[in-house]
Amino acid sequence: MKKYNPILILLIFVQSIFVLQAQQVAKSTFGVFALTNATVETVTKGRLENATVIIRNGKIEAVGTNVTIPADAQVIDCKGLTVYPGMVDSGTHLGLQEIESISVTQDYDEMGELTPEMQALTAINPNSVLIPVTRVSGVTSVIASPSGGLFPGTAALINLEGYTPEQMYAGFKAIVMNFPSTGRRGRYDRRTDEDVKKDSDKAIKKLNETWDRVKTYAAIDSSTNGKADYNPQLAALVPVYRGKATAMIEVNKESDILTALKWIKENKIKAILTGVDEGWRVADSIALSGIPVITGPVISQPTRESDRYDQGYKNAGLMHKAGVKVAIRTADAENVRNLPFNAGFAAAYGMSKEDALKAVTIVPAEIFGVADKIGSIEVGKDANIFVSTGDPFEPATQIKQLFINGWHVPLESRQTLLYEEFLKRSPGVTKEQVPGKS
Amino acid sequence: MRNIIFLSLLFSFSLVGGQVPTGDMIIRKGTVLTITKGTLTETDILVQKGKITAIGKVLKAPAGTKEIDATGLFVMPGIIDAHSHIGIDAVNEATNPITSEVKVGDAIDPFDLSIYRALAGGVTTSHAMHGSANVIGGQCQTIKHRYGLMDPSAFIFKDAPRTIKFALGENPIRVHGEGRGVQPRTRMGVERVIRNAFAEGQVYRDKMKAYELEKVKNPNAVPPVYNERYQTMADILDGKIIIQCHSYRADEILMLLNVLRDFGVKKITFQHANEGFKVAPELATFGAMASVFSDWWAYKFEVYYSTAYNATILTRNGVVTSINSDSGEMIRHLYYECAKTQRYGGLSDDEALSLITINPARQLGIDDKVGSIEIGKDADIAIFSGNPLSVYAVPLMTIVDGIIRFDKENDPSDMRIYIDPEEATPAYYGREEVDECMRGTDQMFNNRH
Repeated sequence: MKKYNPILILLIFVQSIFVLQAQQVAKSTFGVFALTNATVETVTKGRLENATVIIRNGKIEAVGTNVTIPADAQVIDCKGLTVYPGMVDSGTHLGLQEIESISVTQDYDEMGELTPEMQALTAINPNSVLIPVTRVSGVTSVIASPSGGLFPGTAALINLEGYTPEQMYAGFKAIVMNFPSTGRRGRYDRRTDEDVKKDSDKAIKKLNETWDRVKTYAAIDSSTNGKADYNPQLAALVPVYRGKATAMIEVNKESDILTALKWIKENKIKAILTGVDEGWRVADSIALSGIPVITGPVISQPTRESDRYDQGYKNAGLMHKAGVKVAIRTADAENVRNLPFNAGFAAAYGMSKEDALKAVTIVPAEIFGVADKIGSIEVGKDANIFVSTGDPFEPATQIKQLFINGWHVPLESRQTLLYEEFLKRSPGVTKEQVPGKS
Repeated sequence: MRNIIFLSLLFSFSLVGGQVPTGDMIIRKGTVLTITKGTLTETDILVQKGKITAIGKVLKAPAGTKEIDATGLFVMPGIIDAHSHIGIDAVNEATNPITSEVKVGDAIDPFDLSIYRALAGGVTTSHAMHGSANVIGGQCQTIKHRYGLMDPSAFIFKDAPRTIKFALGENPIRVHGEGRGVQPRTRMGVERVIRNAFAEGQVYRDKMKAYELEKVKNPNAVPPVYNERYQTMADILDGKIIIQCHSYRADEILMLLNVLRDFGVKKITFQHANEGFKVAPELATFGAMASVFSDWWAYKFEVYYSTAYNATILTRNGVVTSINSDSGEMIRHLYYECAKTQRYGGLSDDEALSLITINPARQLGIDDKVGSIEIGKDADIAIFSGNPLSVYAVPLMTIVDGIIRFDKENDPSDMRIYIDPEEATPAYYGREEVDECMRGTDQMFNNRH
């Protein structure tokens, strides 16, 4: 048997530890923090100059210009910097998808049309490489949503820090529904007019049949004191039917939005509309319904060739102007980090900067019923906070500090680690690779 | 009568004397981002016959010259996209691992609305590329966004060097190895396909040269059978065509550098090159360039180990780098895409804007004509409401050869040229993306880039 050099083995071992560490970003720390000399963008209570924010036990303990710094606090001087509440992306696949083209890394689309009992929270991968890449942009919470099918599952609001889905869970769930998309769709839709109509009617009929079954199941459930036959699909929808749970209803086309509004009203659903690409066409109807909207990506093409080139950019602002409560989403996974820029585009095309900021902070918090916890810098709220060199919607702005649930999160991701390693790669070009020497 | 109609139609669809229309104008008092020669405040630009003829304060213009007031506005060179698929009708000839004989320039679509929407993002020139289905794909076409003209040939960027698409990694492997059961099925196979094609090109070129010599002595000499595919490979070997290679991983980039070194080929820009940053010193030493995404990653395995700092690392290592779109959506906001390099690595304003102007011009071999605001260059100009690197900046006007092709204030909403008479109300397209690297292979796969 060959003998191995123990020093070599030790070297390999040490090296492998080093490599393993390089796969993970540094650990977050918990404690008492004082952010001093800062400009504070509270979102709900104006802008404070030369202010202090105290973080303790995961919460915001104090905010103001006359705050005593606790003796046990770790002081972070924020002179010249601005403190913002963490941003919220109201619609993503984050945590449910690692690599878009590889189906075994996608956990958002279960088999079947009717799978409302599927829990996004079950499949959230806290170790997804995408999560640190996202949060270093100041996005601290996202809706992780299932998709595909009529009722694809239950979405969950999560914070982007934690070792388990439970630790990440931020207190809101909703049943996702894809409202039937009717009519001609896409430039390669070669169906006859008759077939288009037939397919539309069929889709609506199927929705109503499904809902009739939910009604029946709810009635049996009531009359049997919760002893209806085991049917997890229908059981998951009963709270929506009874107005006790929220449905996030994806609908985009003008006529479908109107149909959805009518259906929601008739069935007295507690609803949030999502997508709503053509919301600007029927903004008044949406405003009248009082139903909040989550729209995006803002940075997108118009939905019709005849539309103005910037209609996608303007949609959020036009709905807001009509009186709709509008939150902004990216509908992305790996590039949820672009949420602030989507809000920036909304601001460039008609929304005020203040409203665009609200659309990624307090508005989603209100829509999800968690405005007592996140969405602004206020005493008693969860410490989801980032500190930046200025307006986070501006690409040149740098994020300098990040807190999620009071954890001081390092501004590290695999992408920053690669930057550090390769900016000045060592060794550089070796001799054999110089032209003419090969 | 019918002949007259036909003739007048023919006339209106062709360009008089092969000349594209050009215009005269003077753009007054803008903040001019020349890119190559600094930023000039309250400066005028005089345009005559589609060229920039003077830059300076309070310039005199011939009487009657159209005046554009750019007071308080930012004026920059027209943006150039080194990788897109807009303005063409076909993208992939996915029938063979080598299709160097086909040209996307034969499939220009003047009616593609994406051209107008690109103009609305300040983009005046794009590189319409063959797709990435084949290891050696078709020849690409640099086009100018002269939206409104009907003649396909009017979109061709005159005297732009020839370019050809190569593709490494997953796409050709999936289309040919997995999809068609032919080589390549691995990155080893990809290398062999390229080496074989260059070797065939050498043999063909030698035969042609031998024939040219023979012809002098013997008028009855028989020429070799003409083969466009290998003639194109010979042209690459002779430095007449710039390779534009779809690539992602560092190892495959190194592989191609080694192959090119062996065959004496020097002109190459790596497209996408998500792992270009890992071999930045090798790229710089070779003189190879890179055209990358601002932040796209994780849409397939070969882009999982990416970083949005790619453009910065490449730039800092001396690689001529551009940021491209590869998308009819993204081409509309390349100014914002290049601005992200200020978040990811802190490039200066000029460095960031070079990524979408002079650098892509260098990669396409047209930097003597476009890519900066300089006297003698084409009057391809974009006017913004503010600094184009700010997310709040809005493109207001885009000029190609001295002609306004996009005007936010005055253009109607519906800018379609070709309208299907059967289409009573325009169809809902939703968010479908059609300008992609893998277009034309949908029957086999459904995937992007």
